[in-house]
Amino acid sequence: MSTAHPRGVAVAGVGMHPWGKWGRSFVQYGVHAARQALGDAGVPWTDVDLVVGGETVRNGYAGYVAGSTFAQALGWNGARIATSYAACATGAQALDTARARILAGLCEVALVVGADTTPKGFLAPNAGERWDDPDWLRFRLVGMTNPAYFAMYARRRMDLYGATPEDFAQVKVKNSRHGLANPNARYRKQVSVADVLASAVVSDPLHLLDICATSDGAAAVVLVSDDYARRHGLDEAVRMSAVSTVTPTFPNTVLDMPLLSTDASGGHEPAHTFKESLAVAAYEEAGIGPEDVDVAEVYDLSTALELDWIEDLGLCKRGEAESLLRAGETTIGGRMPVNPSGGLACFGEAVPAQALAQVCELTWQLRGQAEGRQVEGARVGITANQGLFGHGSAVVLVR
Amino acid sequence: MSAPAIEGWFTTGPDPTLTGERCTTCTTVYFPPTIAAAGFCRNPACGGEEFERVPLSRRGRVWSYTDAQYQPPPPYPAPEPFEPFALAAVELPEGIVVLGQVARGFGVADLRVGAEAELVVEPEAVGGALMWKWLPLGSGHVTELGEEADQ
Repeated sequence: MSTAHPRGVAVAGVGMHPWGKWGRSFVQYGVHAARQALGDAGVPWTDVDLVVGGETVRNGYAGYVAGSTFAQALGWNGARIATSYAACATGAQALDTARARILAGLCEVALVVGADTTPKGFLAPNAGERWDDPDWLRFRLVGMTNPAYFAMYARRRMDLYGATPEDFAQVKVKNSRHGLANPNARYRKQVSVADVLASAVVSDPLHLLDICATSDGAAAVVLVSDDYARRHGLDEAVRMSAVSTVTPTFPNTVLDMPLLSTDASGGHEPAHTFKESLAVAAYEEAGIGPEDVDVAEVYDLSTALELDWIEDLGLCKRGEAESLLRAGETTIGGRMPVNPSGGLACFGEAVPAQALAQVCELTWQLRGQAEGRQVEGARVGITANQGLFGHGSAVVLVR
Repeated sequence: MSAPAIEGWFTTGPDPTLTGERCTTCTTVYFPPTIAAAGFCRNPACGGEEFERVPLSRRGRVWSYTDAQYQPPPPYPAPEPFEPFALAAVELPEGIVVLGQVARGFGVADLRVGAEAELVVEPEAVGGALMWKWLPLGSGHVTELGEEADQ
C-alpha cells in the first residue's frame, strides 16, 4: 500500500468551538466550528461538495442526521451529505468517508463536522427494560460504569508494571499544564498531584480528577483533493496519510466497554490487541513506524489510559510508559510529547467531535501554530481513540 | 429460593456455575449464553449455527478489579443509602474473562491480579434476585467461604 509518494488528502482547514458547558444547541457549536475551518482554509462554503456529520445520539432526530443538519444550517448548497456513527471514533469514520470520496475522484472539497451537547454525570444507557442490550445489562446486572472499566485497566498497570496513583496523577498534572494556553480547552488550571489524590475516589484506584468529564464542543476539518489544493495554493497543507478504523480481530481477549465478558482465547492470544491493531494499520497505511512519530494525541478518558495508549501506539515497550512519564519524555519539550492540547483531561469528552479535535490539534502542531503549547519541529503526528462496540481509530498527519 | 436476576445465565444450586454456549462445529465457548439466540458463531473461520449449553469452570484468576464508590445510574438497582461494592474481572480456564461484583464483605484489598477467585451466588441488595459474584480465595477471609456457599 505504501508508495514513494503516499496517497493522502490535504487538510486545508481546521476549526473548533471551545469545549465547555454552554447550554446551547449542538448545531450552533457545529456551525461555528465549520465556519472556523472554512475560514482557516480560505475555502468558500459554496465550494464544499460533501458534508459529513458526526452523529450525536442524544440530540434528537437532528443529531441522527447530523450531516444534513449542518448542511442545512450552513445553507443548502447542493452538496452530497453523509452521517457517520462510530462511538468515540465517529469523527475519524467521518473523515474516512470524506477521504475515500476524495481519493475516488467523486468529490473535491469535503467538510467534516462533529458537535455534541452532553448531560452531566455518568453516561447512562437508554431508558426502559432492555434485556438484550449489553450496554443496559452491564448497569443492571453488575453496576459497571465507564470509570469502572478505566479503573480495571489502571489496576492492571499497578499490579503488573508497578504503576502508582501518583503516576496517574502526574499524567493529569502534565496535561493540565499543556492545556493552560489552549483557547479551546474547557479546563485551564494547573492541577497538582496533591489535588488529584485529594479528589474523591470514583473507582479505586482512580480519583475524580483522573477521569475525564463530558463536555459540549465542536470540531470541523476541511479536506481537499490534491488537484484542488494545487489550484488554490494549498500545496503546503498538512496531509492526512492514514485513517485507520479497523475492527478487532477474533478472539478479542481484552475486556471491552460495555461488555460483561471477552471472547474465549482458545488458548492463544491474538498477535495484536484491538488498540494495537488500530495503530499497526495506521502506520502501515502511512508507510511509517512509531519511530517516526513526533507528537501524539491519545484518548485519555482516564489518566492511566494515556499510559496504555503510549504502549498501544508502539511509542515504548509494554510496561514502560511510566518510566517515560517520570523522565518527562511525554511532556512538551520531551522526546515524545503526548496530548499537547491538554487532552481529554482539559477538554472533557464531546463524543462526535473528539476524534476531529485530535486532528485539529495535530494540524496546528504540524503547522507550528500551537501557540503556548507548540511541539518544536513536529512533522509527523498520530491520533488514537477507542469507542464502544469495536469502534476505534488512529489518524496519521504529516507535513 | 429467589429467582436469578437473569434467566439461564448461571445456576443457583450448590456449586453454582455460569452457563456458556459451545459451538458444535468449532467448539468455541461463549458467555453470556446469547449466541444461540443470535444464531451464528462469531469465529470468523466458522459457519456454525448450532450450540450446546455448557457449565463454565467455577474458578479462575483475577484479570483485574476495582470498586464503585459512586452510585451507578439506573438501571442499577441501588439500595438507599448506596452501598459501595467491589468488582472483579476473572479469567476462566476457558480463556473467557467475566465481570461480576465481588462477594459482599470483600473489597479491593482482598484482590490481586492473578489471584484465584470462585463463583458464588448472592441475593441482590434490592429485590433479592440472585446474582453471580466472585469470591476472592486465599485473601485471609477464607473463613467466610462456608457462609457464602450456604447462600
